[in-house]
Amino acid sequence: MAQLDSKIPSGPLADKWRKHKVESKLVNPANKRKYEILVVGAGLAGSSAAATLAELGYKVKCFVFHDSPRRAHSISAQGGINAAKNYQNDGDSVYRLFYDTIKGGDYRSREANVHRLAEVSVNIIDQCAAQGVPFAREYGGLLANRSFGGAQVSRTFYARGQTGQQLLLGAYSALSRMIGAGGVELFSNEEMSDLVVINGHAKGIITRNLNTGQIRRWSGDAVILATGGYGNVYNLSTYARQSNATAIWRAYKRGACFANPCFTQIHPTCIPVSGDYQSKLTLMSESLRNDGRIWVPKRKEDCKKDPGTIAEDDRDYYLERMYPSFGNLAPRDISSRAAKRVCDEGRGVGETGLGVYLDFSDAINRLGENVVRERYGNLFDIYHEITNENGYKTPMRIYPAMHYTMGGLWVDYNLMSNVPGLYVLGEANFSDHGANRLGASALMQGLADGYFVIPNTIGDYLAGQKPGSRPPADAPEFKQAEDNVRSIISRLLSVPGKEPVSHYHKRLGQIMWTYCGMARTKEGLEKALQEIPKLREEFWANVKVPGSEATLNQSLERACRVADFFELGELLCLDALTREESCGSHFREEYQYPNGECKRDDEKFAHAAAWEYQGEGKPPLRNIEPLNYESVKMSVRNYK
Amino acid sequence: MVAESSTKTISVTLRVWRQAGPSQPGKFVEYQAKNLNPNMSFLEMLDVVNDELTVKGEEPIAFAHDCREGICGTCSLVIDGKPHGPHRAVASCQTYVRSFADGAVITVEPFRAKPFPVIKDLITERSALDKIQQAGGFISVRTGAAPDANSIPVAKDVAELAMDAAQCIGCGACVAACKNASAMLFVAAKVSHLGLLPQGQVERGRRVLAMVRKMDELGFGSCTNQYECSAACPKLVSHDFIARMNRDYISALVHETFAPASPTMSGGA
Ligand SMILES: Cc1cc2nc3c(=O)[nH]c(=O)nc-3n(C[C@H](O)[C@H](O)[C@H](O)COP(=O)(O)OP(=O)(O)OC[C@H]3O[C@@H](n4cnc5c(N)ncnc54)[C@H](O)[C@@H]3O)c2cc1C
Ligand code: FES
Repeated sequence: MAQLDSKIPSGPLADKWRKHKVESKLVNPANKRKYEILVVGAGLAGSSAAATLAELGYKVKCFVFHDSPRRAHSISAQGGINAAKNYQNDGDSVYRLFYDTIKGGDYRSREANVHRLAEVSVNIIDQCAAQGVPFAREYGGLLANRSFGGAQVSRTFYARGQTGQQLLLGAYSALSRMIGAGGVELFSNEEMSDLVVINGHAKGIITRNLNTGQIRRWSGDAVILATGGYGNVYNLSTYARQSNATAIWRAYKRGACFANPCFTQIHPTCIPVSGDYQSKLTLMSESLRNDGRIWVPKRKEDCKKDPGTIAEDDRDYYLERMYPSFGNLAPRDISSRAAKRVCDEGRGVGETGLGVYLDFSDAINRLGENVVRERYGNLFDIYHEITNENGYKTPMRIYPAMHYTMGGLWVDYNLMSNVPGLYVLGEANFSDHGANRLGASALMQGLADGYFVIPNTIGDYLAGQKPGSRPPADAPEFKQAEDNVRSIISRLLSVPGKEPVSHYHKRLGQIMWTYCGMARTKEGLEKALQEIPKLREEFWANVKVPGSEATLNQSLERACRVADFFELGELLCLDALTREESCGSHFREEYQYPNGECKRDDEKFAHAAAWEYQGEGKPPLRNIEPLNYESVKMSVRNYK
Repeated sequence: MVAESSTKTISVTLRVWRQAGPSQPGKFVEYQAKNLNPNMSFLEMLDVVNDELTVKGEEPIAFAHDCREGICGTCSLVIDGKPHGPHRAVASCQTYVRSFADGAVITVEPFRAKPFPVIKDLITERSALDKIQQAGGFISVRTGAAPDANSIPVAKDVAELAMDAAQCIGCGACVAACKNASAMLFVAAKVSHLGLLPQGQVERGRRVLAMVRKMDELGFGSCTNQYECSAACPKLVSHDFIARMNRDYISALVHETFAPASPTMSGGA
């Protein structure tokens, strides 16, 4: 059974981080260059970590499967990044950001981590502004803000609708500087395929070069995974097509616990599905809800009518009606479920009936089209490109889609997993967002982890490792891991099958979305848990992977990733089945209040569930980390 | 209200560049793509063609893609001779089947430029662009050393102009569109983004010298003011930034030539 020591420092909440930094062991400057740290991933979390650790003097090797660090999925984040700067003087504070995040996560995150996140949020904005991130400004030259869901203050910093791009390019520039200076060695097109654990410690990785097929071993003193989320297990999602779970999944199979896999976020405002060829879903940033109003017709009969002809009185602005104080800025889980509910009632719009309107006519009347264009122009452009419709003239149609994963590898306060020497940052870990993430908080967490947390916590582990003690890459554990990777690849290539990988990914996605999407039930999840293994068997018997392993082979890449999604999908459903309560994004129909809100069971489930792999074919073990709230009182979330 | 055209399907012939590896010869191969929904993206059409090839036991067409919403800069097709295809201001992944006539013959090639060798089929190696960034595309600020963000005001119009330049997605279409394979627009975008902001002033001269020299060293050609680059740019980054960079470059060069030697002028990180 895994040891889950969260290592939360003692003392008052607001002093924990400062105290912890003082008490952590340090590595002396002359010794730092003797340690080699393997950083996998260079999204916001990975590039900020790699750059900062190299600045401190550690030797860093950074691996990405992309052809450049600048292509990481973080690049597509649109809306913004939160920070408790209180530049607007609207009552914000570190405590309020902390509290909003805990409440937004429906009391399923770790208090101490979230408080630290809120504390360092202010440093992130300073750091990014100094790097030249072109944040939006007011006329006086100071930074501008907007609001995001789940908050009643304006604390979101942004760069048009391309905040993720600009923050990533900032972190990428810091990384590039350290690559140029020789502090970081970068390996692009290099996909981590296994973790090497020696005497219980993470001491290396195995990679496959996606251009040449070459498989290589890398030894290090510590391994950092910053490989992003696993939402593509649903096939259709707002993630980039190549985002995958292989790094964390293979680490799970080497002993790292996987926490709360069923906490997956469905974003309320995405462009609806248009056909079965669909390869991805596109997000319309939550920031649009600052000025857009969401509605459906009150009567089913009106659903196919031109929206412009539906009278004001015949429209149901359902979020404003149900949640008057947060209105269109209700948190994501709540807004998504509300959209599902009105569509299930037969009041959805568009060809498929799976859509609701996001209407800017009020904002355009109030502010003028130019102001709306200035604020969201690129989002209207994206909408137009995809749907061929003009959002300034007719309301946009949107529908919820898979967007983010709060679950991930379990980590302690130092961001170390239960495998010593293995750290997990950014979306890949489970730590800060509980059962539901608030908008503009993922970018904050990624950069907090990379710039400010890991540089202060990794020394504590490394100080206990003798410099130069990392094992040679010819240790038997390396060979065993390499053989494992080779055998997965050759098995996939040798299946005498007929169907392309996409066929299975789609079908897996349909099972996940149907039974483990916005609303979940015991029966549905049990059904999914029967169907997934059956489909997985079919995949391994009938998938067709053309080409060879010795060249660039995109079918093989995808097959490896989908093979892992099959296993992860099953764990996700098992976690959802076992968590017999509703909280945040995890909505079990059996557990709800008469008004349809989530009914938590704090007595039985105020904990993180950290699943531990037990070997092929054996059920995983469910460990728990109890969540103790010292400062905040757990209560029923109320956004009315 | 789905786009009007959604009921009628489109069929096209694709002439696709196939090349097994970097040092292998390549050739065009024809494929039929039939009964396509016009709202399908160009890349989704390639997905469908690839699935058909796979089922037939042939190797699918390798093409680069990731975000499929025009921001990551991974997709990089030359469609009918144009980097990123027929429409202005979009990337290959934002090109839709509805832009093509039923029965059209469409030629699909990789970006062609000496600094971007083909790896396979439609995928090229573009790491040269990263190397230019590493030479100087940054403001040197150690983590934790930054002053309060509002202590450095930036005029709104300056921030907006810097953002116009910073929007570059690093796809390399500018290089592919230029007959000299020049990376001037790419470099100018970064140099202008950072050079416009107060934070970027200290390293302004050193940055432009280091990045331009690296670009030359990596075999990118020179700019002869044809402006094919900004026409092909999916973010419409303006060629005005090239003029701005040239001014910066000359003034940095003059400074380097006549000012006493100082370590900060030596370029690089
Ligand atoms: C469309 C969209 C919009 C969003 N908008 C916002 C927003 O406005 N505000 C907000 O706060 N959040 C937003 N998010 C969420 C946020 O963007 C992500 O959660 C965050 O960027 C994740 O960063 P990351 O560094 O953890 O991972 P990523 O950016 O996903 O980076 C993963 C990295 O790991 C590498 N990698 C992965 N696996 C391997 C492997 N096996 N081997 C080698 N390398 C590997 C990849 O190459 C990449 O470099 C949005 C998300 C989406 C999908
Ligand atoms: S796939 Fe990302 S820009 Fe086209």
